[in-house]
Amino acid sequence: MNKGALQGEYFISGDEACAEAAISAGCRFFAGYPITPATEIAERMAERMPDIGGAYIQMEDELASMNAVLGAAWGGAKAMTATSGPGFSLMMENLGLGIMTETPCVVVDVQRGGPSTGLPTLVGQGDMMQARWGTHGPYEIIALCPSSPQEFFDLTIEAFNLSEKYRTPVLLMADEAVGHMTERVTIPPVESLKLYPRRKPTVPPEQYRPFEGEANGVPAMACAGEGYHLHVTGLTHDERGYPATATPDAQARLIHRLIAKICDNRADIIRTEGNWLEDAEVIVVAYGISARIALWPIEMARAEGIKVGWLKLVTVWPFAEDSIRELASSVKAFVVPEINYGQIALEVERCAAGKARTILVPHAGGDVHEPHVILDAIREAVAQRK
Amino acid sequence: MGRPRETSTPVERMDGHELAETSPHHPMDRLLRRDRLPHIWCAGCGLGTALNCFLNALVQSNVNPDKVAVVSGIGCTGRVAGYVAMDSFHTTHGRAIPFATGLKLANPKLKVVVFSGDGDLIAIGGNHFIHAARRNMDLTVICVNNFIYGMTGGQLAPTTPTEARTSTSPTGNRDHPFNLAYLAAASGAAYVARWTTLHVRRLQRSMCEALLKPGFSFVEVISPCPTLYGRWNKQRSGLEQMQYYKDQSLIEHGADPRQADIALGGQIVVGKFVDLDKKSYLELQETSK
Repeated sequence: MNKGALQGEYFISGDEACAEAAISAGCRFFAGYPITPATEIAERMAERMPDIGGAYIQMEDELASMNAVLGAAWGGAKAMTATSGPGFSLMMENLGLGIMTETPCVVVDVQRGGPSTGLPTLVGQGDMMQARWGTHGPYEIIALCPSSPQEFFDLTIEAFNLSEKYRTPVLLMADEAVGHMTERVTIPPVESLKLYPRRKPTVPPEQYRPFEGEANGVPAMACAGEGYHLHVTGLTHDERGYPATATPDAQARLIHRLIAKICDNRADIIRTEGNWLEDAEVIVVAYGISARIALWPIEMARAEGIKVGWLKLVTVWPFAEDSIRELASSVKAFVVPEINYGQIALEVERCAAGKARTILVPHAGGDVHEPHVILDAIREAVAQRK
Repeated sequence: MGRPRETSTPVERMDGHELAETSPHHPMDRLLRRDRLPHIWCAGCGLGTALNCFLNALVQSNVNPDKVAVVSGIGCTGRVAGYVAMDSFHTTHGRAIPFATGLKLANPKLKVVVFSGDGDLIAIGGNHFIHAARRNMDLTVICVNNFIYGMTGGQLAPTTPTEARTSTSPTGNRDHPFNLAYLAAASGAAYVARWTTLHVRRLQRSMCEALLKPGFSFVEVISPCPTLYGRWNKQRSGLEQMQYYKDQSLIEHGADPRQADIALGGQIVVGKFVDLDKKSYLELQETSK
């Protein structure tokens, strides 16, 4: 296998595309624990990392994997781990450490049916709210959802860029269908990729404040061994990184900045794709494999003369609030098919704020939606009064 | 705030005699974050001694402090990372070792030291401990063992001797404790030593050896906690606990760690138990390339 990043056309799975994208993005550390349906990412990284001067390590569990990734980031590497629901649950504690210590890294969740061990080999989308609220405390997170192997590749690059730009863990919320689907994936020359480098401090160590936000709220990041004598803690800390737990003041400053550095940059972070939105009376809002599945019933409905649009959430967190608010004033209803019992639908409903109905099309997991189920929901949306 | 005194001050002893003038500076100040002092540790606690031995060992080992990273978990010992003027990471409870593993593998030039307590490393972090030892991961792990959870107010630890009292074993512990030296050795550590905070020179020497040892080196530091463990177990002062160490310690280099259990009121076997030549994790990666 080639050293370094690949280039050209490949017929590979979403999981493999994710691993290759990480390599193209400059990821040189992967720690993981085998879990279906994300194992192929670890296998690809285990095969590729030694050849390109990176490190792969299989840890004893996902708690360890997440921590090793954080440690590697502070050692100067771009780092990633990949898991599925049960492992994602174990990563929650230290995802919080990553958020609190502003550690850039990428965490991939190839979702399967849950809860618990659930359906290891079959699709689910039940971890969407866990991504948003799974670790304790107030926080904002960035999460992206690919709908195809090619998009899994593209969004992995994007995830690394966002993690460096905003100095925060970024989640890739894939699903089993996209992870195991094999399609053509075009890997562009690595020189043509726009990669966001880790922003290093430009001041001497005695002036460097590793937790003081700059213009966009994000501090520059020195790493271990660079002479900065960092102190990094999961405790509430001041701009020097020193614990500041006696009063609520430092907590207010820190949490406000951690949230604002995401929220104030929503326009830069959030991406959606849309089609047939201009004349739409009803819009199907979907993400991941469900966004692709929805295209067929939308075409059938439009053939019936129903004015139905398609909004695909590429960025799921932070939520595309403005798009939904704006569209809510011009449509009768949103139809939200997701492979869970209503998670993103709750956000759509919140932002629609009563101006348009939200019709959830739930699925317990194990398969994608039958197109006619989504079609029925579209018909129901236009049949009823606004 | 705890700024060091700017002038020398004579210290009056309790017996009325005056001691020699004390220096406003600690010899290890350059390796300490002086702006974070005073520390949070109680009078009589062994953590200051353990940290002092570590800093002296660091100097003795000639390791460049700019290339040292200290990683701690949660607990009284976990606060060590906050006081050293080196790259230092105060992680989540139990997770110092996997964090340190990632740090080391991303930058193998770093000397990565895990400095944490028995509850952190062996209870909640026990799985990481045995697996890092199994891999012979290139880390130095210093475990300050005070037989109790100090930070949360004196609860049962995985090291609490059977029959010892804590706030969650008020009538005496009915669990068997871990023997940390045996656990480390059985799991694959290349270097295992145990000392009490009474044995400062020997402890410092073991820490120095551990810092220079490729692979997983483990130093257990038996340390007094008069505030909690001592109060529950009739050793109310640090001095009493140190006297106990003096009376009960048996130096036995090369002792079989299986025979080094620590029982309530029993002997404490100390010394260097394991010093093996075996390929470290990083050495094994090199040979497999």
